[in-house]
Amino acid sequence: MSGTFVSGLSRRHFLGTGLAAAAALGAMPAFALSDAEARALIDKAVADINAIINSGRSEAQMYPAFEKLFATYADVPQIARSALGPAAKTASKAQLQSFTTAYQGYVSRKYGRRFREFIGGRIEVTGARPVKSYFEVISTAYLKGESPFEVRWHVSNKSGKNLFFNIIIEGVNMLASERTEIGAMLDKRKGDVDALVQDLQRA
Amino acid sequence: MTATCPPFPFAPRPILLALGLSALSACAQAPSADGVSDPLEPVNRGVHAVNKGLDTVIVRPASKAYGTVVPGPVRQGVSNVADTLDLPGVVVNQVLQARIGEATTNTLRLAVNATAGIGGLFDVASVLGMPKTDADFGQTLAVWGVGEGPYVELPIEGPSTARDTVGLVVDLAMNPLNNVFDGNDADATLAIEGLSRLNDRYRYSDTIDSILYDSADSYAQLRLLYLQNRRHEIAKAKGGTGGEDGDFIDPYEEDFIDPYAD
Repeated sequence: MSGTFVSGLSRRHFLGTGLAAAAALGAMPAFALSDAEARALIDKAVADINAIINSGRSEAQMYPAFEKLFATYADVPQIARSALGPAAKTASKAQLQSFTTAYQGYVSRKYGRRFREFIGGRIEVTGARPVKSYFEVISTAYLKGESPFEVRWHVSNKSGKNLFFNIIIEGVNMLASERTEIGAMLDKRKGDVDALVQDLQRA
Repeated sequence: MTATCPPFPFAPRPILLALGLSALSACAQAPSADGVSDPLEPVNRGVHAVNKGLDTVIVRPASKAYGTVVPGPVRQGVSNVADTLDLPGVVVNQVLQARIGEATTNTLRLAVNATAGIGGLFDVASVLGMPKTDADFGQTLAVWGVGEGPYVELPIEGPSTARDTVGLVVDLAMNPLNNVFDGNDADATLAIEGLSRLNDRYRYSDTIDSILYDSADSYAQLRLLYLQNRRHEIAKAKGGTGGEDGDFIDPYEEDFIDPYAD
Protein backbone atom coordinates (compact mmCIF):
# COMPACT_ATOMS: atom_id res chain seq x y z
CA MET A 1 0.00 0.00 0.00
CA SER A 2 1.05 3.57 -0.53
CA GLY A 3 3.42 4.97 2.01
CA THR A 4 1.81 8.38 1.96
CA PHE A 5 -1.58 6.86 2.36
CA VAL A 6 -0.42 4.80 5.28
CA SER A 7 0.98 7.80 7.08
CA GLY A 8 -2.28 9.60 6.37
CA LEU A 9 -4.05 6.75 8.07
CA SER A 10 -1.74 6.94 11.00
CA ARG A 11 -2.83 10.43 11.81
CA ARG A 12 -6.40 9.52 11.42
CA HIS A 13 -6.11 6.39 13.45
CA PHE A 14 -9.48 5.50 12.23
CA LEU A 15 -12.31 6.56 14.43
CA GLY A 16 -11.52 4.61 17.52
CA THR A 17 -9.41 7.09 19.35
CA GLY A 18 -11.89 9.81 19.98
CA LEU A 19 -15.29 8.22 20.02
CA ALA A 20 -15.75 8.17 23.73
CA ALA A 21 -14.20 11.59 24.13
CA ALA A 22 -17.09 12.93 22.13
CA ALA A 23 -19.26 11.39 24.73
CA ALA A 24 -18.71 14.35 27.00
CA LEU A 25 -20.42 16.69 24.57
CA GLY A 26 -23.83 15.29 25.26
CA ALA A 27 -24.25 16.94 28.60
CA MET A 28 -24.06 20.50 27.31
CA PRO A 29 -26.94 22.97 26.92
CA ALA A 30 -28.18 23.79 23.42
CA PHE A 31 -25.62 25.85 21.48
CA ALA A 32 -24.30 27.44 24.62
CA LEU A 33 -21.11 25.53 24.23
CA SER A 34 -17.94 27.42 24.99
CA ASP A 35 -14.41 26.42 24.21
CA ALA A 36 -13.56 26.12 27.86
CA GLU A 37 -16.59 23.98 28.71
CA ALA A 38 -15.99 21.65 25.79
CA ARG A 39 -12.31 21.37 26.61
CA ALA A 40 -13.04 20.58 30.22
CA LEU A 41 -15.65 17.99 29.32
CA ILE A 42 -13.49 16.27 26.74
CA ASP A 43 -10.51 16.23 29.06
CA LYS A 44 -12.73 14.61 31.65
CA ALA A 45 -13.98 12.05 29.16
CA VAL A 46 -10.42 11.23 28.10
CA ALA A 47 -9.51 10.74 31.74
CA ASP A 48 -12.48 8.38 32.08
CA ILE A 49 -11.44 6.46 28.99
CA ASN A 50 -7.89 6.10 30.23
CA ALA A 51 -9.26 4.83 33.51
CA ILE A 52 -11.18 2.15 31.61
CA ILE A 53 -8.20 1.24 29.42
CA ASN A 54 -5.76 1.15 32.29
CA SER A 55 -8.13 -0.78 34.51
CA GLY A 56 -6.43 -3.96 33.38
CA ARG A 57 -9.72 -5.40 32.22
CA SER A 58 -9.80 -7.42 29.02
CA GLU A 59 -10.88 -5.73 25.80
CA ALA A 60 -14.11 -7.71 25.81
CA GLN A 61 -14.85 -6.40 29.29
CA MET A 62 -14.27 -2.83 28.15
CA TYR A 63 -16.87 -2.94 25.39
CA PRO A 64 -19.90 -2.46 27.67
CA ALA A 65 -18.28 0.67 29.12
CA PHE A 66 -17.72 2.10 25.65
CA GLU A 67 -21.19 1.13 24.55
CA LYS A 68 -22.60 3.05 27.50
CA LEU A 69 -20.59 6.16 26.54
CA PHE A 70 -21.77 5.86 22.95
CA ALA A 71 -25.41 5.31 23.89
CA THR A 72 -25.41 8.26 26.26
CA TYR A 73 -23.69 10.89 24.17
CA ALA A 74 -24.17 9.98 20.51
CA ASP A 75 -27.45 10.15 18.64
CA VAL A 76 -27.43 6.42 18.00
CA PRO A 77 -30.89 6.13 16.36
CA GLN A 78 -30.00 8.83 13.84
CA ILE A 79 -26.51 7.48 13.15
CA ALA A 80 -27.95 3.98 12.70
CA ARG A 81 -30.55 5.18 10.20
CA SER A 82 -27.98 7.13 8.27
CA ALA A 83 -25.70 4.08 8.16
CA LEU A 84 -28.55 1.89 6.91
CA GLY A 85 -29.23 4.39 4.11
CA PRO A 86 -32.19 3.99 1.75
CA ALA A 87 -33.12 0.63 3.29
CA ALA A 88 -34.22 2.53 6.41
CA LYS A 89 -37.18 3.83 4.42
CA THR A 90 -38.56 0.42 3.56
CA ALA A 91 -37.70 -1.39 6.79
CA SER A 92 -40.47 -2.03 9.30
CA LYS A 93 -40.49 -0.29 12.66
CA ALA A 94 -39.54 -3.50 14.45
CA GLN A 95 -36.68 -4.09 12.00
CA LEU A 96 -35.36 -0.57 12.54
CA GLN A 97 -35.51 -1.03 16.26
CA SER A 98 -33.60 -4.30 16.25
CA PHE A 99 -31.15 -2.88 13.73
CA THR A 100 -30.46 0.14 15.94
CA THR A 101 -29.84 -2.05 18.97
CA ALA A 102 -27.57 -4.42 17.07
CA TYR A 103 -25.75 -1.53 15.43
CA GLN A 104 -25.04 0.13 18.76
CA GLY A 105 -23.33 -3.00 20.06
CA TYR A 106 -21.47 -3.53 16.81
CA VAL A 107 -20.11 0.02 16.71
CA SER A 108 -19.02 -0.16 20.33
CA ARG A 109 -17.08 -3.36 19.72
CA LYS A 110 -15.62 -2.14 16.44
CA TYR A 111 -14.29 1.12 17.80
CA GLY A 112 -13.75 -0.18 21.33
CA ARG A 113 -11.15 -2.55 19.87
CA ARG A 114 -9.12 0.46 18.84
CA PHE A 115 -9.06 2.20 22.19
CA ARG A 116 -5.82 0.68 23.31
CA GLU A 117 -4.13 2.91 20.74
CA PHE A 118 -5.30 5.75 22.90
CA ILE A 119 -3.25 4.79 25.95
CA GLY A 120 -1.13 7.75 26.96
CA GLY A 121 -2.92 10.10 24.56
CA ARG A 122 -5.04 13.19 24.98
CA ILE A 123 -7.46 15.35 23.02
CA GLU A 124 -7.55 19.13 23.24
CA VAL A 125 -10.44 21.22 22.01
CA THR A 126 -9.22 24.17 19.98
CA GLY A 127 -12.49 25.72 18.89
CA ALA A 128 -16.22 25.42 18.46
CA ARG A 129 -18.47 27.10 15.93
CA PRO A 130 -22.03 26.97 14.72
CA VAL A 131 -22.31 25.67 11.15
CA LYS A 132 -25.63 25.46 9.35
CA SER A 133 -27.99 23.68 11.67
CA TYR A 134 -25.39 22.06 13.88
CA PHE A 135 -22.35 22.73 15.97
CA GLU A 136 -18.80 21.81 15.08
CA VAL A 137 -16.24 21.27 17.80
CA ILE A 138 -12.66 21.23 16.56
CA SER A 139 -10.03 19.35 18.49
CA THR A 140 -6.52 18.01 18.15
CA ALA A 141 -5.63 14.51 19.24
CA TYR A 142 -2.17 13.79 20.58
CA LEU A 143 -1.26 10.14 20.59
CA LYS A 144 1.97 8.68 21.86
CA GLY A 145 4.57 8.56 19.10
CA GLU A 146 2.25 10.12 16.49
CA SER A 147 2.01 13.50 14.87
CA PRO A 148 -1.02 15.36 16.25
CA PHE A 149 -4.14 15.03 14.12
CA GLU A 150 -7.40 16.88 13.83
CA VAL A 151 -10.73 15.54 15.07
CA ARG A 152 -13.99 17.39 14.38
CA TRP A 153 -17.23 16.59 16.16
CA HIS A 154 -20.63 17.41 14.73
CA VAL A 155 -23.15 18.05 17.46
CA SER A 156 -26.87 18.65 17.14
CA ASN A 157 -29.77 19.15 19.51
CA LYS A 158 -32.41 18.03 17.03
CA SER A 159 -33.01 14.89 19.04
CA GLY A 160 -34.02 17.14 21.94
CA LYS A 161 -30.62 16.78 23.58
CA ASN A 162 -27.12 17.77 22.58
CA LEU A 163 -25.68 14.67 21.02
CA PHE A 164 -22.93 14.10 18.51
CA PHE A 165 -23.87 12.52 15.20
CA ASN A 166 -20.62 12.52 13.26
CA ILE A 167 -16.87 12.50 13.80
CA ILE A 168 -14.42 13.64 11.15
CA ILE A 169 -10.78 12.67 11.54
CA GLU A 170 -8.38 14.26 9.07
CA GLY A 171 -11.19 14.55 6.56
CA VAL A 172 -12.46 11.00 7.07
CA ASN A 173 -16.11 11.03 7.87
CA MET A 174 -17.55 8.41 10.22
CA LEU A 175 -21.09 8.54 8.81
CA ALA A 176 -19.85 8.11 5.24
CA SER A 177 -17.58 5.25 6.26
CA GLU A 178 -20.37 3.53 8.20
CA ARG A 179 -22.80 3.94 5.32
CA THR A 180 -20.33 2.27 2.95
CA GLU A 181 -19.72 -0.58 5.37
CA ILE A 182 -23.34 -1.24 6.33
CA GLY A 183 -24.36 -0.86 2.68
CA ALA A 184 -21.84 -3.54 1.71
CA MET A 185 -23.02 -5.84 4.50
CA LEU A 186 -26.62 -5.38 3.39
CA ASP A 187 -25.68 -6.09 -0.24
CA LYS A 188 -24.10 -9.37 0.84
CA ARG A 189 -27.46 -10.26 2.38
CA LYS A 190 -29.29 -9.11 -0.77
CA GLY A 191 -31.07 -6.37 1.16
CA ASP A 192 -32.40 -8.61 3.95
CA VAL A 193 -32.36 -6.36 7.03
CA ASP A 194 -33.09 -9.23 9.44
CA ALA A 195 -30.07 -11.16 8.16
CA LEU A 196 -27.98 -7.99 8.47
CA VAL A 197 -29.05 -7.64 12.10
CA GLN A 198 -27.88 -11.18 12.79
CA ASP A 199 -24.53 -10.45 11.10
CA LEU A 200 -24.10 -7.31 13.21
CA GLN A 201 -24.78 -9.24 16.38
CA ARG A 202 -22.01 -11.67 15.49
CA ALA A 203 -19.52 -9.08 14.17
CA MET B 1 -14.20 17.87 -5.87
CA THR B 2 -13.01 20.23 -8.53
CA ALA B 3 -15.89 20.47 -10.91
CA THR B 4 -14.51 23.25 -13.05
CA CYS B 5 -11.14 23.42 -14.68
CA PRO B 6 -9.48 26.75 -14.08
CA PRO B 7 -6.30 27.53 -15.97
CA PHE B 8 -3.11 26.56 -14.19
CA PRO B 9 -1.90 29.88 -12.82
CA PHE B 10 1.77 29.04 -12.35
CA ALA B 11 2.18 26.06 -14.56
CA PRO B 12 4.23 26.13 -17.70
CA ARG B 13 1.47 24.89 -19.96
CA PRO B 14 3.58 23.08 -22.56
CA ILE B 15 5.06 20.92 -19.82
CA LEU B 16 1.68 20.09 -18.40
CA LEU B 17 0.39 19.22 -21.82
CA ALA B 18 3.42 17.08 -22.43
CA LEU B 19 2.56 15.18 -19.28
CA GLY B 20 -0.76 14.37 -20.81
CA LEU B 21 -2.73 16.23 -18.22
CA SER B 22 -5.34 17.31 -20.67
CA ALA B 23 -6.33 13.70 -20.88
CA LEU B 24 -7.07 13.37 -17.21
CA SER B 25 -8.57 16.68 -16.31
CA ALA B 26 -11.96 15.02 -15.98
CA CYS B 27 -13.72 18.30 -16.56
CA ALA B 28 -16.55 16.78 -18.47
CA GLN B 29 -17.15 14.08 -15.94
CA ALA B 30 -19.39 15.04 -13.07
CA PRO B 31 -18.78 13.14 -9.85
CA SER B 32 -21.57 10.87 -8.72
CA ALA B 33 -23.76 11.74 -5.78
CA ASP B 34 -21.37 10.27 -3.23
CA GLY B 35 -18.44 12.25 -4.62
CA VAL B 36 -16.69 9.18 -6.02
CA SER B 37 -15.85 8.90 -9.71
CA ASP B 38 -14.81 5.34 -10.44
CA PRO B 39 -15.49 4.38 -14.07
CA LEU B 40 -12.63 1.86 -13.92
CA GLU B 41 -14.15 0.03 -10.96
CA PRO B 42 -14.05 -3.49 -12.45
CA VAL B 43 -10.34 -3.15 -13.30
CA ASN B 44 -9.61 -1.45 -9.99
CA ARG B 45 -11.30 -4.24 -8.08
CA GLY B 46 -9.10 -6.76 -9.87
CA VAL B 47 -5.98 -4.82 -8.90
CA HIS B 48 -7.30 -4.54 -5.36
CA ALA B 49 -7.67 -8.31 -5.11
CA VAL B 50 -4.07 -8.75 -6.23
CA ASN B 51 -2.81 -6.05 -3.83
CA LYS B 52 -4.71 -7.62 -0.98
CA GLY B 53 -3.27 -11.01 -1.85
CA LEU B 54 0.24 -9.54 -1.90
CA ASP B 55 -0.40 -8.02 1.50
CA THR B 56 -1.65 -11.30 2.92
CA VAL B 57 1.17 -13.41 1.53
CA ILE B 58 4.17 -11.07 1.56
CA VAL B 59 3.82 -7.57 2.99
CA ARG B 60 1.92 -8.33 6.18
CA PRO B 61 4.12 -11.28 7.24
CA ALA B 62 7.29 -9.39 6.27
CA SER B 63 6.23 -6.35 8.27
CA LYS B 64 5.47 -8.59 11.26
CA ALA B 65 8.92 -10.15 11.01
CA TYR B 66 10.60 -6.76 10.60
CA GLY B 67 8.65 -5.29 13.50
CA THR B 68 9.34 -8.25 15.76
CA VAL B 69 12.99 -8.90 14.95
CA VAL B 70 14.36 -5.39 14.52
CA PRO B 71 14.23 -3.16 17.63
CA GLY B 72 11.99 -0.10 17.50
CA PRO B 73 14.74 2.54 17.68
CA VAL B 74 16.55 0.96 14.72
CA ARG B 75 13.34 0.85 12.67
CA GLN B 76 12.67 4.46 13.60
CA GLY B 77 16.19 5.40 12.51
CA VAL B 78 15.68 3.76 9.11
CA SER B 79 12.33 5.53 8.71
CA ASN B 80 13.97 8.84 9.67
CA VAL B 81 16.57 8.34 6.94
CA ALA B 82 13.78 7.61 4.45
CA ASP B 83 12.00 10.81 5.53
CA THR B 84 15.20 12.80 5.11
CA LEU B 85 15.73 11.35 1.63
CA ASP B 86 12.20 12.47 0.73
CA LEU B 87 12.83 16.05 1.80
CA PRO B 88 14.37 17.47 -1.41
CA GLY B 89 11.35 16.37 -3.41
CA VAL B 90 8.97 17.72 -0.76
CA VAL B 91 10.74 21.09 -0.81
CA VAL B 92 10.48 21.28 -4.61
CA ASN B 93 6.74 20.67 -4.45
CA GLN B 94 6.20 23.15 -1.64
CA VAL B 95 8.02 25.79 -3.67
CA LEU B 96 5.85 24.95 -6.69
CA GLN B 97 2.82 25.42 -4.46
CA ALA B 98 4.19 28.73 -3.15
CA ARG B 99 4.29 27.31 0.41
CA ILE B 100 7.55 29.12 1.06
CA GLY B 101 7.46 28.97 4.86
CA GLU B 102 7.14 25.20 4.92
CA ALA B 103 9.71 24.83 2.13
CA THR B 104 12.15 26.86 4.21
CA THR B 105 11.49 24.80 7.33
CA ASN B 106 11.99 21.58 5.39
CA THR B 107 15.24 22.85 3.91
CA LEU B 108 16.44 23.55 7.45
CA ARG B 109 15.21 20.11 8.50
CA LEU B 110 17.30 18.55 5.77
CA ALA B 111 20.40 20.52 6.83
CA VAL B 112 19.97 19.78 10.55
CA ASN B 113 19.05 16.09 10.23
CA ALA B 114 21.75 15.34 7.66
CA THR B 115 24.41 16.80 9.97
CA ALA B 116 23.42 16.84 13.65
CA GLY B 117 21.04 13.95 12.96
CA ILE B 118 23.90 11.85 11.56
CA GLY B 119 22.79 11.37 7.99
CA GLY B 120 19.12 11.49 8.90
CA LEU B 121 19.17 8.67 11.48
CA PHE B 122 17.87 10.99 14.18
CA ASP B 123 15.08 13.49 13.69
CA VAL B 124 16.79 16.31 15.58
CA ALA B 125 14.85 18.94 13.65
CA SER B 126 11.48 17.91 15.10
CA VAL B 127 12.90 18.17 18.60
CA LEU B 128 14.14 21.67 17.69
CA GLY B 129 10.61 22.71 16.73
CA MET B 130 10.84 22.24 12.95
CA PRO B 131 7.77 20.13 12.25
CA LYS B 132 7.62 17.72 9.35
CA THR B 133 5.23 18.69 6.56
CA ASP B 134 4.60 16.78 3.37
CA ALA B 135 3.91 17.57 -0.26
CA ASP B 136 3.85 15.69 -3.54
CA PHE B 137 3.28 16.53 -7.18
CA GLY B 138 -0.28 15.23 -7.25
CA GLN B 139 -1.02 17.78 -4.55
CA THR B 140 0.86 20.44 -6.51
CA LEU B 141 -1.33 19.73 -9.54
CA ALA B 142 -4.41 20.05 -7.33
CA VAL B 143 -3.21 23.41 -6.02
CA TRP B 144 -2.71 24.48 -9.64
CA GLY B 145 -6.35 23.64 -10.30
CA VAL B 146 -6.20 20.18 -11.87
CA GLY B 147 -9.20 18.03 -10.98
CA GLU B 148 -8.56 14.64 -9.40
CA GLY B 149 -9.96 12.60 -12.27
CA PRO B 150 -11.20 9.05 -11.83
CA TYR B 151 -10.16 6.88 -8.92
CA VAL B 152 -7.52 4.24 -9.62
CA GLU B 153 -6.03 1.51 -7.51
CA LEU B 154 -2.44 1.03 -8.61
CA PRO B 155 -0.60 -2.28 -8.39
CA ILE B 156 1.49 -2.40 -5.17
CA GLU B 157 1.22 1.37 -4.64
CA GLY B 158 -2.47 1.19 -3.75
CA PRO B 159 -5.20 3.85 -3.87
CA SER B 160 -4.72 6.86 -6.14
CA THR B 161 -6.47 9.01 -8.70
CA ALA B 162 -5.57 9.79 -12.31
CA ARG B 163 -4.10 13.10 -11.18
CA ASP B 164 -2.19 11.58 -8.29
CA THR B 165 -0.82 8.83 -10.54
CA VAL B 166 0.65 11.44 -12.87
CA GLY B 167 1.97 13.18 -9.76
CA LEU B 168 3.62 9.98 -8.60
CA VAL B 169 5.38 9.48 -11.93
CA VAL B 170 6.57 13.09 -11.94
CA ASP B 171 7.78 12.84 -8.34
CA LEU B 172 9.82 9.76 -9.23
CA ALA B 173 11.22 11.40 -12.35
CA MET B 174 12.10 14.75 -10.81
CA ASN B 175 13.42 13.51 -7.48
CA PRO B 176 16.58 15.57 -7.01
CA LEU B 177 18.29 12.53 -5.52
CA ASN B 178 18.22 10.74 -8.87
CA ASN B 179 21.29 12.73 -9.79
CA VAL B 180 23.02 12.18 -6.45
CA PHE B 181 22.92 8.43 -5.96
CA ASP B 182 23.61 5.70 -8.45
CA GLY B 183 24.53 2.01 -8.40
CA ASN B 184 24.72 0.59 -4.89
CA ASP B 185 23.70 3.88 -3.31
CA ALA B 186 20.53 3.98 -5.41
CA ASP B 187 19.77 0.38 -4.37
CA ALA B 188 20.31 1.35 -0.74
CA THR B 189 17.88 4.27 -0.94
CA LEU B 190 15.29 1.93 -2.45
CA ALA B 191 15.85 -0.56 0.38
CA ILE B 192 15.51 2.17 2.99
CA GLU B 193 12.28 3.34 1.41
CA GLY B 194 10.98 -0.23 1.37
CA LEU B 195 11.86 -0.85 5.02
CA SER B 196 10.25 2.44 5.99
CA ARG B 197 7.02 1.29 4.38
CA LEU B 198 7.23 -2.08 6.09
CA ASN B 199 7.59 -0.19 9.37
CA ASP B 200 4.45 1.81 8.56
CA ARG B 201 2.61 -1.41 7.76
CA TYR B 202 3.72 -2.79 11.13
CA ARG B 203 2.96 0.29 13.22
CA TYR B 204 -0.49 0.81 11.76
CA SER B 205 -1.34 -2.84 11.38
CA ASP B 206 -4.53 -2.56 13.46
CA THR B 207 -5.91 0.15 11.20
CA ILE B 208 -4.81 -1.43 7.94
CA ASP B 209 -5.95 -4.91 8.96
CA SER B 210 -9.36 -3.57 9.95
CA ILE B 211 -9.81 -1.97 6.51
CA LEU B 212 -8.43 -4.82 4.43
CA TYR B 213 -9.66 -7.82 6.37
CA ASP B 214 -12.58 -6.74 8.58
CA SER B 215 -14.54 -4.61 6.10
CA ALA B 216 -17.47 -6.10 4.24
CA ASP B 217 -16.12 -4.39 1.10
CA SER B 218 -12.47 -3.50 1.61
CA TYR B 219 -12.22 -2.00 -1.86
CA ALA B 220 -15.04 0.51 -1.29
CA GLN B 221 -13.85 1.33 2.22
CA LEU B 222 -10.27 1.96 1.10
CA ARG B 223 -11.46 4.09 -1.81
CA LEU B 224 -13.61 6.23 0.47
CA LEU B 225 -10.89 6.68 3.09
CA TYR B 226 -8.27 7.56 0.50
CA LEU B 227 -10.40 10.12 -1.35
CA GLN B 228 -11.65 11.82 1.82
CA ASN B 229 -8.23 12.04 3.42
CA ARG B 230 -6.61 13.16 0.18
CA ARG B 231 -9.18 15.92 -0.40
CA HIS B 232 -8.68 17.07 3.17
CA GLU B 233 -4.90 17.29 2.72
CA ILE B 234 -5.32 19.19 -0.53
CA ALA B 235 -7.78 21.64 1.04
CA LYS B 236 -5.18 22.31 3.71
CA ALA B 237 -2.40 22.71 1.11
CA LYS B 238 -4.59 25.28 -0.62
CA GLY B 239 -4.64 27.22 2.63
CA GLY B 240 -8.07 26.22 3.93
CA THR B 241 -8.72 24.86 7.37
CA GLY B 242 -9.83 21.59 5.87
CA GLY B 243 -13.11 21.73 7.72
CA GLU B 244 -15.51 23.16 5.18
CA ASP B 245 -15.11 20.91 2.22
CA GLY B 246 -18.21 18.83 1.95
CA ASP B 247 -17.70 17.08 5.26
CA PHE B 248 -21.16 17.81 6.45
CA ILE B 249 -23.74 15.08 6.25
CA ASP B 250 -27.02 16.09 7.84
CA PRO B 251 -28.70 12.88 8.91
CA TYR B 252 -31.61 14.92 10.29
CA GLU B 253 -32.51 16.34 6.91
CA GLU B 254 -32.06 13.23 4.86
CA ASP B 255 -35.09 11.55 3.47
CA PHE B 256 -35.24 8.95 6.19
CA ILE B 257 -37.86 8.03 8.71
CA ASP B 258 -37.71 10.27 11.72
CA PRO B 259 -36.87 8.05 14.66
CA TYR B 260 -38.37 10.65 16.98
CA ALA B 261 -41.72 10.74 15.18
CA ASP B 262 -43.55 9.11 18.03
